[in-house]
Amino acid sequence: MSMDNTSPVNRPRNWFSALAHPGIFLGWSRHFIRPLIFLTAVTFVIGLWFSFFNSPPDYQMGETVRIMYIHVPTAWLSQMIYSIMAISAIGSLVWRHPLADVAMKAAAPLGAAFTAMALFTGALWGRPTWGTYWEWDGRMTSTLVLFLMYLGLVALWNTFSEQSRGARIIAVFTLVGAINIPIIKFSVEWWNALHQPSIIKADGLSMPASIYTPLLIMTLAFTLLFFVLHLVNIRSEIFRRRANSLERRHVMESGSESGHGAGEWPDGNGNGRET
Amino acid sequence: MRAFLIVIGRDLQLAVKNGGTTVTQLIFYLSIGVIMPIAIGPDKQVLASLAPAIIWTAALLSSLLGLERIFVGDHEDGTLLSMGHANISMAAVSLAKIVSHWMISAMPLIFATPLLAVMLFMEMPEFLATMLALLLGTPALAALGALGAAVSVTLKRGGVVAPILILPLAIPVLIFGVSGANSFAGPSASGSAMLFLGAISLLAVAFAPFAISLALRAAEE
Repeated sequence: MSMDNTSPVNRPRNWFSALAHPGIFLGWSRHFIRPLIFLTAVTFVIGLWFSFFNSPPDYQMGETVRIMYIHVPTAWLSQMIYSIMAISAIGSLVWRHPLADVAMKAAAPLGAAFTAMALFTGALWGRPTWGTYWEWDGRMTSTLVLFLMYLGLVALWNTFSEQSRGARIIAVFTLVGAINIPIIKFSVEWWNALHQPSIIKADGLSMPASIYTPLLIMTLAFTLLFFVLHLVNIRSEIFRRRANSLERRHVMESGSESGHGAGEWPDGNGNGRET
Repeated sequence: MRAFLIVIGRDLQLAVKNGGTTVTQLIFYLSIGVIMPIAIGPDKQVLASLAPAIIWTAALLSSLLGLERIFVGDHEDGTLLSMGHANISMAAVSLAKIVSHWMISAMPLIFATPLLAVMLFMEMPEFLATMLALLLGTPALAALGALGAAVSVTLKRGGVVAPILILPLAIPVLIFGVSGANSFAGPSASGSAMLFLGAISLLAVAFAPFAISLALRAAEE
């Protein structure tokens, strides 16, 4: 399946695959980037204004409660991004959709980044409130494990030279990871309960509206930010693959003109396409 | 069923004939058991209380050593490709591979554990519980290891990537394995850790073959 075939002959039939066909996707998604960036910026401005100026300091935690407005959205993203990756993995395994591959790949480093942010802000927040940067609390430990899984997936993507073949294999592993995450979460919580009763409860359930509002807006802002970054990442990955296949085709053609055998080129299979 | 046994038998024969990896793995397992007390210090009580953790860490790390052997050779000489066309499902082949991998890499470690138990001053009930926990938990490690090997089979540096992928997934086994050591004696004696360990192994061995066969099919395409 080539990434750059938008000729009418190969135009997919139903609207869903038409919308998601890489070439057509590049066309329509271009119009969404700027509005999305604008929307993200506006939401961030409103959210930051609320979280810095229009919300009270907590009666126990004081001003440090404002860390929450970054910590909770990033923690939410760390889980949402894995779900998106798992859904893309299903799309790539079941329908062999090239765009699902790309979406899966583009999400992995973002997931790692947001999870790292959640862990880091959590450490900064934990120091003044709990008196420690790190606690082997169930939730923190499972977030750390999630971070390691993101890193593993990024490493796996980087080691596959042939991205389209790698995609299906990585999709399998992403799904296995998705099944494992609840098991890991459960076992880590069980493990910690064995050592010490959990005294720390993140996010009290009852929350006044003055704290809830900025939290919701910031969550929305970060989610939008992720979508912008994801979209841009997907587009640049599609362009990267196009450039690769163009380069290979160019090498192929100039090679055959000057009479060299195809076996001379390191990729060897040399049909100049993403297989 | 016959084909299933043949795959296992073939793997075992191959392992016996070029038996280097198993021995290396065994030496690695024992060396971790020797190095840890040197790092911790010779205090009997400390060592005895850390013994299950040391044994499980050693088992986990050494189970990561021989991963390449599972599929890389068969991938390179085309055996996997022909198995894909044989009259046996790829999932069954994967299950056979998990079984043979367990017999080659995990069983010798379990047999060698008494040696470590003596060096780490383990009490009898704790030692027996650890042996049982190893028996219950290593199948899950074998299944996960085979999965990591299948995912990285086409990679040149697969031997480096597979452990990174597998370690986070192996955390539940480690947790329940280590706490399983307190099953028979002590203030918090209960069998729940063992039950969880068995459940994880059953789940892993039941589902991993399908994931492995998917990954192998994608790799052989």
